Amino acid sequence: MKAPYAETDRPKPRFARSQRMTIVNGILAFVVIMVILQLWLLTATMNAYLGGDATVLLPAALVSLGCLGLNAGLLWYLYRLER
Amino acid sequence: MAQDAERVTTPPDGRPLSEQPRWRQDFPIDWEEDEYVSRRDLVKFIVLTSLAFATGQFWLLGKQRFGGGAGQPQPVPIAEAGELPIGGYKMFSYPEGSSPRLLIRTGDESFVAYDQQCTHLLCPVVPNVEEDALHCPCHNGWFDLQTGRPTAGPPRRPLPRITLEIRDGSIYATGIEERTV
Repeated sequence: MKAPYAETDRPKPRFARSQRMTIVNGILAFVVIMVILQLWLLTATMNAYLGGDATVLLPAALVSLGCLGLNAGLLWYLYRLER
Repeated sequence: MAQDAERVTTPPDGRPLSEQPRWRQDFPIDWEEDEYVSRRDLVKFIVLTSLAFATGQFWLLGKQRFGGGAGQPQPVPIAEAGELPIGGYKMFSYPEGSSPRLLIRTGDESFVAYDQQCTHLLCPVVPNVEEDALHCPCHNGWFDLQTGRPTAGPPRRPLPRITLEIRDGSIYATGIEERTV
């Protein structure tokens, strides 16, 4: 009788374990750089806002949103790797 | 791929399982997978931080758009021109109920006025007319008395300047000038 989840039935991952480790490390490094960029952006925007300069608020918010989108996309890709 | 499934992973210190402490022998785990999952969770946490920063940016934008900036307050008299000696200063509020402001007489006919809160961490600044400076004693910040711009210490932004007008011997505060440089 065949086991319900036999080894042969399990879907094979697209990447080997060592490759996934390299990918997660690469993504981690990229995401950290993006977050540091966002932190700098927020600090600079806050400084401008408190100094009465509101012209940078919208572009900075859009760039920050772009960074978030990129980060979220990479996280989604990471979870997708395991399927 | 098949090798991955069969491979016996090595503990973090690299020694074989037989040389590991008892607790590791009793509860062996897939060390490499454990490392992978912890990295993945770290990525997830950092992405949440990224979400927080983006939210902060949009909060600032919303505050500016919907915060209802009241514009410049109406001019109000704050002192008589002869009231202060040269080098003297007076505190006032403009508009009423705001943070304290400083009016400083720098010469016969010259006056300057600034917000009294340091742009670093909001400590009160103290005029030092002899050195032509404003000093923040909390973190040793210095501002130029004539311009309000930071000259030393941690502050990076100039002090907000109160624009002044002298009408019939009275000094009027006419507006607030916030600056980034």
